[in-house]
Amino acid sequence: MVEQMSPLGDAYVPGSHGNFADGTGVKISLPQPGSIVEATAWPGREAALAGAIERVTGLSLPHHPGGGVVTGDRSGFGIGPRKWLLTDAAEGLAETLRDALGIENGTVTDLSHGRTAIRLEGERAEWVLAKFFALDFSSDAFPVGSGRATMHHDILAQIQRTGPSRFNLYVFRTFARSFWRVLCHGAEEVGYEVR
Amino acid sequence: MLISCPYCGPRDVSEFTYQGDATRTRPDPASADAAAWHEYVYERSNEAGPHREFWQHAGGCRAHVVVIRNTVTHEISSVAPARGDRI
Repeated sequence: MVEQMSPLGDAYVPGSHGNFADGTGVKISLPQPGSIVEATAWPGREAALAGAIERVTGLSLPHHPGGGVVTGDRSGFGIGPRKWLLTDAAEGLAETLRDALGIENGTVTDLSHGRTAIRLEGERAEWVLAKFFALDFSSDAFPVGSGRATMHHDILAQIQRTGPSRFNLYVFRTFARSFWRVLCHGAEEVGYEVR
Repeated sequence: MLISCPYCGPRDVSEFTYQGDATRTRPDPASADAAAWHEYVYERSNEAGPHREFWQHAGGCRAHVVVIRNTVTHEISSVAPARGDRI
């Protein structure tokens, strides 16, 4: 049996860290979805892609920029014109969606091994993220389900709000350890728990 | 400097990559007119004022956009998808 390894290596240290004497402000964890998939529609084929996504995943994705939804095991949000990022707790979403979509409607790229998902949750999650990204993280500007594509020091980050005080971040796997360290460093002042 | 991406909204210029002068017109690819290709590849008018240029939102939605930017004041008067996509 092949042992699954975290891209974070020794940087992943479960427990409480930083200034946690009065409780931790955020929890940082690795959701490790089985599938992370980017789906892109050819121009004019957006409806065909949205239909295929809904048939395969049950996700009914809003059409406005950055719009998305989260269900128990799955999530999806817009990351660009005609492009969506989809996740599933189970493996194999890319193949299923590719078969359902058809090459005449768009492309499906399996990023499951190319991205690392990092979950940040807690009452200080907005505060910590605002240190890294020049975005408005208030729930009015960034409602639950919606997503943003942005970057921190050349590390592209795709961020989805999955709850009132919970965010999932998708970063390149090869940069995940570096990003994880800087995220933990930024969370020290509010106290953070890794689990 | 902020650029209002048609998809993502206002973002810092550091998320964007400059992609060059958008006023040029590529000569016929079958043409061997050296003067026309020289002008297309090398000649720039270096405008002081409103300038039409390509940018890519490389640190975001990755869309290419056409920006009209005043090269004197950096005021941006227009941002539109380069391929005319409906966002």
